[in-house]
Amino acid sequence: MKIKVNNHILLIFGAFIMIIPFLWMVSTSLKSYGEAMQVPPTILPQEWKMSNYSSVFESVNFLKYYLNTIIVTLSRTLAQLFLCSLAAFAFARLRFPGKNIIFIAILSVLMVPPQVILIPNYAILTQLGWIDTFYALIVPGMFSAFGVFLLRQFFMGIPKELDEAATMDGCSLFGIYWKIILPNSTPALMALGIFTILASWNDFLWPLVMTNSADMRVLSVGIAAFQGQYATDYPLLMAGAVMSTIPMLIMFIFLQKHLITGIALQGVRR
Amino acid sequence: METPLAQRRQKTGLISKRKKRAHQEAIWAYLFIAPTVIGLCIFYMFPAVASFALSFTKWNGISAAEYIGLGNIIALIQDSSFIRSIVNTTVFTIVSVPLSVIIAMCISLMLNQRIKGMVVYRTLYFLPVVTMPVAVGMVWKWLYNTEYGLVNYVLGLFGLPQPSWLFNPNIALLSVILVYVWMTVGNNVILLLAGLQGISKTYYEAAQIDGATKVNQFFHITLPLITPTLFFVFITGMISSLQVFDLIFIMIGDSNVLLEPLRTIVYGVYESGFKYSQMGIASAQAFLLFLTILFVTIIQFAFQKKWVHYDG
Repeated sequence: MKIKVNNHILLIFGAFIMIIPFLWMVSTSLKSYGEAMQVPPTILPQEWKMSNYSSVFESVNFLKYYLNTIIVTLSRTLAQLFLCSLAAFAFARLRFPGKNIIFIAILSVLMVPPQVILIPNYAILTQLGWIDTFYALIVPGMFSAFGVFLLRQFFMGIPKELDEAATMDGCSLFGIYWKIILPNSTPALMALGIFTILASWNDFLWPLVMTNSADMRVLSVGIAAFQGQYATDYPLLMAGAVMSTIPMLIMFIFLQKHLITGIALQGVRR
Repeated sequence: METPLAQRRQKTGLISKRKKRAHQEAIWAYLFIAPTVIGLCIFYMFPAVASFALSFTKWNGISAAEYIGLGNIIALIQDSSFIRSIVNTTVFTIVSVPLSVIIAMCISLMLNQRIKGMVVYRTLYFLPVVTMPVAVGMVWKWLYNTEYGLVNYVLGLFGLPQPSWLFNPNIALLSVILVYVWMTVGNNVILLLAGLQGISKTYYEAAQIDGATKVNQFFHITLPLITPTLFFVFITGMISSLQVFDLIFIMIGDSNVLLEPLRTIVYGVYESGFKYSQMGIASAQAFLLFLTILFVTIIQFAFQKKWVHYDG
């Protein structure tokens, strides 16, 4: 009993350290500049300055950053879910010459760190005339070796009898993929979807390098540039940070079960 | 009644039908994998090879690349900034990964005891993992602020020293490491907790009958059986900490004071490639990073037999 109480004290202390930066971010975002620079600091804002939030929209094209991020995240995620699952279906279910070699080649991509392919990709996208366009932010991010691998492993676990029954009923191969495999793979598709949304929303180095006009900025690049402009105006910076992170925090709180199952699956599988 | 000839005809008909079906299946399969395979080739495989080739060239990204052999490697070895980035990245990885894993191990052990509010704790510990690293960097830069920051205010309340976290070159890297640990602990908790929950209860029941203490149980049951998960957590943790960039970029900001104490290998890639347009030397750094990651991973796999138990 005594041990349990102590555990709670430690866990609550840890949870405090985890949550305080978030609370401080929100609290600062509602203070006036003068109040944020007070010593000793006020815990809660004395006057709630909601106008910091609208000031962010006025000082930079924050709405555009938001829109860009949403467009990039949604397109990448939908494309990855479709393309990865299609390929994973072929690797899990169909017979074709060269299958194993191609699959191993795809797995080898997993070992290459993203920074290594950055510079050649910059050259490729320059050649294509895609620098500073949505193509640069979306198209390379539509393909994922990790996604193919994750889904293929899951598809292998779906009973083959389901496919065979559907074939008897005259179902085409695409029909089996669409009507049998996909509806039976919701957990894996959810996990991959959430991973992709997070990775693409929070991504920084790629959009930083591949875009240069203010109109093409995504949120991460936008608030970094914002920090460069308003180096010490912490209330404004924090308001920007709150608005860029809130969508992912909300998504996590609602979908955490799926995300956690997905992460746990990776660790157990190896 | 069918004649033998008719039977044979029917049989060959079946075979060719089956062949036709296999043929069709292959065509469909190639259609299904084509977009992904082509995409991965253009944007991942070809660039990986090209990065290796570019390492031996002098190239500004616009004019034709010029082959200079090992010129980039020689220049890098003589460049104190590059050496600094290697040292910083190594320290960053060696300190942050074990620290994050040990803390995560303690938390997941506590959470694994059918504790009340487990889901709430897990959610709170995981929040930093889903937060944009750029935003994390901004918030912590503010928390670390020497005069107005919350961290120093709290330390002051307890009469503790109030260092200028980021602006003291001796502790700047450590300050960022602490933020990184804060960011990654939740991910490790989830993985380790899943591993702990996979350990069969019968082991503990048997140990209790034998009269083993809690400490004995931890060292002889929990720890050996969690080693596969620990191995996974260490490998993936080291791979991502060797690639740290976003946090570093935000923490350095426009400051020249922080540039050297905080620069990492990926920061070097960014700086050479996109600030100074030296794509060849940037590729060489990126490729050295790749080799480092490969080397660390191989070493870990080589040593896993010594400590990882796969018989659980």
